[in-house]
Amino acid sequence: MARGHDDPGTALRSFARSAGARRWEFALWTLALLALFVFPRQASLWNEIAILALFALSLDLILGYGGIVSLGQAAFLGTGCYAAALFAKHVYNDPITGLFVGGAAAAAVGLVTSPLVLRGTDLTRLMVTLGVASILYELANRFDSITGGADGLQGVVMGPVLGRYSFGLDGHVAYAYSLTVLFLLFVVARRVVRSPFGYSLKAIRDNRLRAMAVGIGVNSRLASVYTLAAAYAGVAGALLAQTTGFASLDVLDFHRSADVMLVLVIGGTGYLYGGLIGAVLFKVMYDVLSTLTPQYWQFWLGLVLVVIVLVGHERLVSPWRALERRLSGHGGTGRADTGAGQ
Amino acid sequence: MLTILFDGIAYGMLLFLIASGLAVTLGLMNFVNLAHGAFAMSGGYLAAVLSTRMGVPFLATLPLAFLFAALLGALLEPTLYRRLYRRPHLDQVLFSIGLVFMAVAATDYFFGATQQFVNLPPYLQGRFEVAGVGIGVYRLFIIVLCGLLTVALQLILTRTRFGSRLRAAVDDPRVASGLGINVNVVFLTTFAFGSGLAGLGGALGAELLGLDPTFPLKYMIYFLVVVAVGGTTTITGPLLASLLLGVADVAGKYYVPKLGAFIIYCVMIIVLIARPQGLFSRAAAK
Repeated sequence: MARGHDDPGTALRSFARSAGARRWEFALWTLALLALFVFPRQASLWNEIAILALFALSLDLILGYGGIVSLGQAAFLGTGCYAAALFAKHVYNDPITGLFVGGAAAAAVGLVTSPLVLRGTDLTRLMVTLGVASILYELANRFDSITGGADGLQGVVMGPVLGRYSFGLDGHVAYAYSLTVLFLLFVVARRVVRSPFGYSLKAIRDNRLRAMAVGIGVNSRLASVYTLAAAYAGVAGALLAQTTGFASLDVLDFHRSADVMLVLVIGGTGYLYGGLIGAVLFKVMYDVLSTLTPQYWQFWLGLVLVVIVLVGHERLVSPWRALERRLSGHGGTGRADTGAGQ
Repeated sequence: MLTILFDGIAYGMLLFLIASGLAVTLGLMNFVNLAHGAFAMSGGYLAAVLSTRMGVPFLATLPLAFLFAALLGALLEPTLYRRLYRRPHLDQVLFSIGLVFMAVAATDYFFGATQQFVNLPPYLQGRFEVAGVGIGVYRLFIIVLCGLLTVALQLILTRTRFGSRLRAAVDDPRVASGLGINVNVVFLTTFAFGSGLAGLGGALGAELLGLDPTFPLKYMIYFLVVVAVGGTTTITGPLLASLLLGVADVAGKYYVPKLGAFIIYCVMIIVLIARPQGLFSRAAAK
C-alpha cells in the first residue's frame, strides 16, 4: 500500500493487470462453449453443471470473499426457483424476465436475513443460515396449495428465450442459455471482487477488527455481498426452474447446501473459478459414482470430503507449492491455505 | 396436557443425553462435530441388532451400546479428529459432514434403509395413570436414568480431578501439559466418553426417535440447537435447553402438526440473535 501511495501509477498498473483477462480464461470459456458441439448429447448434463457453477459462484462470493460460513445457501436457490416457476406459471412466461424475478426475490430474502449473519461466531452463523433454509423448507411444505408441497410445482411452461429460441428436449438451448447467464454474471462478479469494494471485502475477511479500524463499514459491506450472493443463487434457482420446467422441495433441502459447499471445497475458494472447476469435477464424479454404486455414492462423496480436509486443498492440487513452502520454512504449522490457485 | 409435558421431558432428556457429548467437544474442545449423531446411531444400531437378532436383554445392550460408541470415538479421535482441533471451523464442518455422509451410506449398505426396532422387555412397556396423567413406563425409565447420568456428569466435571484436568487442558493446553497433564489422553478420554453417551442415548432413543440410516442428518440440527441455545459453559444450560426443545417440539407437533419444526427454527434464530453466547450462559470469558 505504501508504494502505491508514493507512485499512484504503479498501483494503477497493477490493478489494470489484475483486471485484464488472461489467456487461460479465454480458453476455459471457449472450451465450455465447445462442449455443446463436441458432446451435444450430454447437453442437459452440461446445463446442470453450468447452474451448479453459478450456485457455487454465489457461495464463493460470501465465503471466499466475505468470509461468512453458510450452510443455508439452498434457501436462496429455492426462493429463486419457486419465484421463477410461480411467475412463469401465473404471470408471464418470458425466461429473461423470470431470471430477474427469481434473482430479485432471493435478493430480498438475502437482504432481510443479512442482519442475522453479521453477529456471533462461525457456529452461530452456521446455525442461523441452516435455520433460515429449514424455515423456508417448512414454509414451502406447509403452503402446499401454492408450492405443490412434496409433489412439486408442475406445469411450468416457459416461453422461448428472446422470443425466438424455445427450450427443446435435447437441452441445447437450455445449455446455451445457462452458459450465457453464467458468463455474464461471472464477468460482473469478477468486476465486483476486483473493485475497491472487493478489496475491502478481502480486508474484512482477513481481519475484521483492522478493517474496521481503517474505516471500512464492515456490516454494510457484508450485508451487500450477502445480498448479491443471494441474488446469484436466486438466478441459479430460476435457471433450474426454467430449464427443467419444474420446482420441488428438493431445491430447499439441506443436501443442496452441503453439495455446493463440497463443490467449492473441491475447486477452492476465493478466486471465483473454484466454483466452476469444482462444479465440473463434482458432476463428473457424481455421474461416475452413481453409475458404479447407485445407492451408496454418498459414501464416496463423504470420503472425498474427508480426504480433502485431512490432506489439505493446497497439498492436493499443487503439491509442489506446498513442498516449496515447507522447505522455505513457512509451512511448519501444517495449516493448509484454502485459497490455492492464486 | 400434562401428558404432553411428560412426553416432552422424556424427549428432551434423550436429546440432552446425546447432545451432552457434543456440548463437551464443541464447548470445551471448540470442535464443530456435526457427525455426533453418527455415534448415537452406532449405539442405536448395536442395541437393535443385539436385542432383536441375538436375543440379548435390552438392559444389557445399553452398556454395550455405550462401550461400542465410546470405542468408536476412541478409535477416531487420535486418527482423524485430533488433526483438526486447530483448524478453522469450516474445515471441521466439512470433515464431519463427510463423516456423516459416509456413516449414512455405510449403515444403509449393511442394514438397509428400513427403520430398526429394539426389543423392549415387557416390564418397560405399557403405561399407568397418576392423577389423570398418563405416564409411559419406558419414558419414566428414560427420565430417571438420564437424570441420574446428568447428576453424575455434573459431579465428574466439577468435583473430580479429571474434571479439573479437563478444564485446565481446555483453557490452556500448553500450560496444562507443562504442569504434567497429558492433554492428548484427557481429550481422548473426553471424546470417547462423549461419544459413549451419544451411543447410549441412541440406544435408549431408538424407540422414541426412530432409527434409520438418515438418523444423523435428521437430528443433527436438534443437537446443534441444544448446544447453541444452551450455551456450552455449563451442563445445566444444555439440559434446560433440551428440556425446552423437547417440550416445545412435542407440544408443537401435537397442537400444530404442520408447523411444529417451523416454530423451533424460529425460536432458535431469535435466541441466537438475542444471545449469541446461548440462553443460559454468563458472558463467555473468551
